[in-house]
Amino acid sequence: MSVTEFRPKIVAFCCNWCSYAGADLAGTNRLGYPAEVRIIRVPCSCRVNPLFILRAFQRGADGVILCGCHPGDCHYSTGNYYARRRMTALFSLLDYLGIEKERARVEWISAAEGAKFAATMDDFVKTVTALGENRRLEDLRCKTK
Amino acid sequence: MQNEMIANVSALLADGKVDRVLGWKRGELGWDVSPAVFHTPRELQQEFVYDRYCGANLSKYLVAECRKGGRLAIFLKPCDRPAFELLVKEHRISREMCHVLEVPCSGSYSYDPEAEEDRLDIRCAACEHADAHPLHKQVEDIEAMTPAERFAFWQGELSRCIRCNACRNACPACTCESCVFDNPASGVAQKAATNSFEENLFHIIRAFHVAGRCVDCGECSRVCPQHIPLHLLNRKLIKELRNAYGEDASLTAFCETDPEPSDVIGGGNRA
Amino acid sequence: MRKLSLVSLPLLFAAIDERMPLYLPVRSDGRVEFTRWMGGQDIAFTGNTDRSAKDFFFPQSEELMRLRREGKRVEVLDTRREAEDFVLFGVRPCDVKSFDILDSVFLAGPVDSYYATRREHGVVVSLACHLPSSTCFCSAFGIDAADPAGDVAAWLAGDTLYLRANTEKGERWLAAYDTLTEPSDENAIADLQQIRDKVSALPLAKLNTAVFGGDKLATFFDLPDWESLSVACLGCGTCTFVCPTCQCYDIVDFYTGHGIQRLRCWDSCMYSDFTKMAHGNPRTTQRERFRQRFMHKLVYYPAEHEGVFGCVGCGRCLRKCPQALHIAKVMRTLGKED
Repeated sequence: MSVTEFRPKIVAFCCNWCSYAGADLAGTNRLGYPAEVRIIRVPCSCRVNPLFILRAFQRGADGVILCGCHPGDCHYSTGNYYARRRMTALFSLLDYLGIEKERARVEWISAAEGAKFAATMDDFVKTVTALGENRRLEDLRCKTK
Repeated sequence: MQNEMIANVSALLADGKVDRVLGWKRGELGWDVSPAVFHTPRELQQEFVYDRYCGANLSKYLVAECRKGGRLAIFLKPCDRPAFELLVKEHRISREMCHVLEVPCSGSYSYDPEAEEDRLDIRCAACEHADAHPLHKQVEDIEAMTPAERFAFWQGELSRCIRCNACRNACPACTCESCVFDNPASGVAQKAATNSFEENLFHIIRAFHVAGRCVDCGECSRVCPQHIPLHLLNRKLIKELRNAYGEDASLTAFCETDPEPSDVIGGGNRA
Repeated sequence: MRKLSLVSLPLLFAAIDERMPLYLPVRSDGRVEFTRWMGGQDIAFTGNTDRSAKDFFFPQSEELMRLRREGKRVEVLDTRREAEDFVLFGVRPCDVKSFDILDSVFLAGPVDSYYATRREHGVVVSLACHLPSSTCFCSAFGIDAADPAGDVAAWLAGDTLYLRANTEKGERWLAAYDTLTEPSDENAIADLQQIRDKVSALPLAKLNTAVFGGDKLATFFDLPDWESLSVACLGCGTCTFVCPTCQCYDIVDFYTGHGIQRLRCWDSCMYSDFTKMAHGNPRTTQRERFRQRFMHKLVYYPAEHEGVFGCVGCGRCLRKCPQALHIAKVMRTLGKED
């Protein structure tokens, strides 16, 4: 029997103004990052509602990462400050329910940080690959054909 | 106590200071007390009751009652009071319409007809006012478990959920006109209980939607027909937010020097 | 009629479970639920289960079918599995009666084949109610707690369990365990009257049902009492979900990302989206929803089923309603003499 290597599904919510541009920069600089990452562009990290994160897990994501502008640099001045509190609360609740806290992450990546974007994604994919498939917050209906 | 309360509000009704009273009404079997609206001293005399079974938080009814106009008197136990304050603060009710009467509480009980005995409501075991236990003892016990144990613990509890929505509907902080879970177009409405994911989703979002607003009245646990200790989810958020952002922490506020998620939770979150 | 000593009851249970899964009321963590038999459990011979037994025939959720799309083709998949026989042991007289009410809905044409299949495969062994609870009022609805229906009826007397087949299916089933039981005299159980006395002495046994019935729509529909009765209703679904006779359901589609799962699940008339149509919900206030539930049990159902009420007096709504708004209060308030 051949062992297929586990390749996680990663959803990255990237803010339009910084992190999405950071991902672009990683591309134009020809910096590689894992193909497991699926980027969803959002207007601001603050747009991400906890339901988005949970729905990503439901639909088969093994890890979810939220990327926004550095605190103080938000295009809308304060969006990422709200996102920071919100995600802190959400992640602590997930951890409390026994769901691996390493599966969800927040990172601040500016438009100039293409290298950081690639490195962050590399690291996150490695972390989630080591954790294996998301079992604790999965919806089996979405996995069976 | 009860007679004094009746006399007080009867006087208010007689003086025309209020036109109705939110209180508790006697049941058929002694322990089946329901919240009720009283309009006359006679009704109060006949049906009003205040005893250990009056666990229901009457603040829940204020949003609906205030819309009906007039002035009303409401009885609030110590753990109901913060819910009232929250509703006033969020402009969900009109403070001027409410005449508040505070009543002491020495723990609320539910009757177990099978065992034929009273059971102290689960929230009261760690009541701030009765200081029976340190407030966060139960939360800390769960935090002390390994993630796998915590997961098993919560799956054991949440798997009993029957999706009756009592926890949400009883919550005085849940005052949305219509809920995302009741909207079939939201994609998360989930009457069909087929999957443990949905229980997790519902209870995470329910607790999260009142994060920073929850007043810890414990109604969610009291009303759960399956006895799931739901207030422990809310208490975790209260504890976490207080630790990270100080008293009166709210998710609708921020501070530039707020800690990063990774500083609060640890794990893989590095800024 | 057959009998066996309680000491050998585990042997009987083991023999039953060997042939087909056996579910009985098991007490665990302060709750009683129908649970698969596995020996060494605390079996609840008195009181009743927290949730009713209707799950076994009309589960809270069940998959009806799947739809799969490939290109322009839509494939309909029948996901029903071969049903297996099972036994429900220790169903209380009230819950047994609730099956009749479910039958009258699901088996009256057009027959609900999902329900009918489970009903055919389930053997119901009822148990007379030796220790009714203060929340019980089955006698008000004409149920005899001392002589329950079901495929097989059982009684506990001293250290003996008596079993009597009520139906042909029950007879066949009981005959399979003849080696474990012994014949008994039909009149062996002496305490039937004792049970009846206990039941009629219960605080709610005298609930007046005579004032209700299929022809009472006009009497009750516009009563102002509905307002005071329902003012505390939170609109949760607890009463409907613990009720053994509530049979309303919704059919929902779940999009899995590669197809549709069509599910049938319990619905509650207390919910704002119950019977929602293009124009919205026909009952826009909680007062109307509350009235619907009790009018259905006490007026609409009897109107269509020869006066039989849609309540069996199990008392679950008394125990479980967060605000104790139960059918006994409704009946007392509506039925009061002015």
